[in-house]
Amino acid sequence: MGMWAFIAQEIMFFGGLFAGYTVYRYKYLAAFTEGSNHLPIELGALNTAILIGSSFTMAMAVRSAQVGEKGPLLRWILATMALGIAFLGVKSIEYADKYHHNLVPGLSFEGSGQLKIFFSFYFAMTGMHALHMIIGLGIMLWMIPKIRRGTYTREYFSPVENFGLYWHFVDIVWIFLFPLLYLIGRDPWMTIM
Amino acid sequence: MTTDTAITTPTDSRRVHYLNASYGIKSWLLTLDHKRIGILYLVMTTVFFIIGGVFATLIRLELLTPQADVVEAATYNKLFTMHGVAMIFFFLIPAVPAVLGNFLLPIQIGARDVAFPKINLLSWYCFMAGGTLATVAIIMGGVDTGWTFYTPYSSTYSSFYVPLALTGVFINGFSSILTGVNFLTTVHKMRAPGMTWFRLPLFVWAQYATSIIMILGTPVIAITLLLVALENVFGIGIFNPDLGGDPILFQHMFWFYSHPAVYIMIVPGFGVISDVIACFARKRIYGYSFVAFSSLAIALLGFLVWGHHMFTTGQSMYASMVFSFLSFLIAVPTAVKIFNWTATLYKGSVSMECPMYYAMGFIGLFLIGGLTGLFLSTIAIDIHLHDTYFVVAHFHFVMVGGMVMAYLAGLHFWWPKITGCTYSEGWAKVSAVLIFFGFNLTFLPQFVLGYLGMPRRYHVYPEEFQVLNVMSTAGATILAAGYAVLFTYLILSLFMNRRAGPNPWRAKGLEWEIPSPPGPHNFDVTPIVTAEAYAYDEEDVTPATPGAPDEGSPIPREAERTEA
Amino acid sequence: MDDHHVVPVKLYAAIVACLFTLTAVTVLAAFVELGALNTPVALGIAILKATLVVLFFMHVRYNTPLMWVYAAAGFFMLLIFLALLLQDYMSRDWERLPVQFLQ
Repeated sequence: MGMWAFIAQEIMFFGGLFAGYTVYRYKYLAAFTEGSNHLPIELGALNTAILIGSSFTMAMAVRSAQVGEKGPLLRWILATMALGIAFLGVKSIEYADKYHHNLVPGLSFEGSGQLKIFFSFYFAMTGMHALHMIIGLGIMLWMIPKIRRGTYTREYFSPVENFGLYWHFVDIVWIFLFPLLYLIGRDPWMTIM
Repeated sequence: MTTDTAITTPTDSRRVHYLNASYGIKSWLLTLDHKRIGILYLVMTTVFFIIGGVFATLIRLELLTPQADVVEAATYNKLFTMHGVAMIFFFLIPAVPAVLGNFLLPIQIGARDVAFPKINLLSWYCFMAGGTLATVAIIMGGVDTGWTFYTPYSSTYSSFYVPLALTGVFINGFSSILTGVNFLTTVHKMRAPGMTWFRLPLFVWAQYATSIIMILGTPVIAITLLLVALENVFGIGIFNPDLGGDPILFQHMFWFYSHPAVYIMIVPGFGVISDVIACFARKRIYGYSFVAFSSLAIALLGFLVWGHHMFTTGQSMYASMVFSFLSFLIAVPTAVKIFNWTATLYKGSVSMECPMYYAMGFIGLFLIGGLTGLFLSTIAIDIHLHDTYFVVAHFHFVMVGGMVMAYLAGLHFWWPKITGCTYSEGWAKVSAVLIFFGFNLTFLPQFVLGYLGMPRRYHVYPEEFQVLNVMSTAGATILAAGYAVLFTYLILSLFMNRRAGPNPWRAKGLEWEIPSPPGPHNFDVTPIVTAEAYAYDEEDVTPATPGAPDEGSPIPREAERTEA
Repeated sequence: MDDHHVVPVKLYAAIVACLFTLTAVTVLAAFVELGALNTPVALGIAILKATLVVLFFMHVRYNTPLMWVYAAAGFFMLLIFLALLLQDYMSRDWERLPVQFLQ
């Protein structure tokens, strides 16, 4: 229950970013579309698939903990970590690419103010998301020795369950980030909202 | 940080209680006992109160004369900014929830501690870390944006210390959030057997409502301040009009939290007043469920009204109308409480002890503050009064006349329970009168000043406003004297060796069933609750006095008595 | 809050298959010209995906009504924030209320 209360506040935290994003998308749809078209849709889709996969492995991990299977639990957690790292790897490629195209606000940006706003939100939102993923990876790392020691049993696995909730939440944030950032106005005939 | 020997009450049986259960700095700084954490918060929030008070003093000194003679404009900007930041983020928001709430919530529901004691301690460290950062920002050069950090000044033009202060507030936000998570879970999961929702003291309902606000509101200001800091450092342009950014967006996001924040500040105070009035009127709170639900209603409605801070800053007129209407609505549950407290007093057996002084002061002053808030919600009036001293007077009435009074009422009411010592009632009444009188003299003239047009945050003003400003400063001096007296007798009470029994006020509530100060785990045996909340009707109407012989409470419940 | 209901693997597999499919649909739909409907469609699919994750991966389907309230509270509050925020921006250009009979 405490975890859900914490997630509620995380929703509001990211929600603030989404709110700001929504306002500026409403105001500057053209710039946002242009910005979105700079983003590699295939990498974004790949990352979405990776993260959904990691949610699956996480759910399986929680399930293993529920039935008290230590070995599978460890393997599913490692799988989740691997997918998480893969996600971050793809993200780094994307970020590096943006850097080379001078699209990073605050570093070496070239473009209109409105485009800068789009990319500010892009980096803020994906950056904050990535930060949460890194924290998640850290927590999983911390959990591994405990799993091996057998700390989690059929009766006591709430840390695993709670972490699962956190990880799924991070996935949900990306589920929304992907279409909102990468898929604006890709159709040949773009009209105002 | 005091060591325990100074606070230990020399009981005859050398009873172990939470204060003397273990000694040394480590036992305090690494404690998991919610009561000790409450004391830690008490000490540090008082420190920030004093810091904020020092800035207030400097402000009022400057405003004695129409010219700038004490400080210059840039410094003055820093003064009112830091007064606001210290008072709001590091005193008012933590005060009742973290001090009284931490101490009393588990006891009032019959639990041994909160749901997540380690997170509770973490909350305190977040508060300390945030407070330290903000203090460093003060000392190093000061922040001058106003506590509201409006963009684009804070994001584009102001100094480097702004992100530092913002980070401090950001970290402090985690303190709120974690406390809220803790309290919510505790109230849901750890009530004693028989403690149904409608047997809870209204203080618990208030804390519950406050926790909801803390959890849902604080993250928004967290992200907002983070974005401002990023913009200040990296120039990302979200709030910069030159790049297409909208400063009003900042205001929307800022006030989305900061308006509910004021309800974080006041709703626990409402809870305190409910408990205090019930005790000193020897009567059940009239309309208990209405008061309980009104706390929740305020929590929810509080999130819908933030635009009333922005009527004149560039919001669309239609949005302003919507927010104005919603702001009127929120007066309803608040008024419900005031009516119910008044009805509780009617035909009650009222005794005027010190907590009741503060409670009565609260009702009157909060009423004025709240009603003036309604004036400000009216767009036509707000056009004239926005950013004048009328607003300043309004929020000081609700926050100082309201919240601080409620906090002091609670502090005095539960002081015997928390410390096991009784304070000097005579001096307490002197201080209460000084504070009340001083407060009114300080802030009533400010309503007039605002109405006449004196803007806020200015250190110079036209000659004709001087008389009122002098009155205000005079009042502030009396107020400060009142606080000084208060600190003195409260601290002295710890050394004066006047022990308090378990229930000096003969009040109802699980906290009065256990010794003062409580043992480390609150209850030796889990209480089983059979009586309703505020079961005052069932006993005689002899008024309560402190230091009365220890009869314990003759409540017909099967709570196992802990040893005296 | 504690649910001891162990979800069968097949159900998880089915859900993740749905999620992959919906992702593909989202991407494809983005390239189809739907005019003003593009955004609602993308958002709708995202909401659907999120709901699947919440209900099944996060076990909310098997939780008590109280937990449903907790889970919904954050999203609900976010909706309120968005709604009241946008009503400002959308009404900034109005000269008068778009209600004919009030003229």
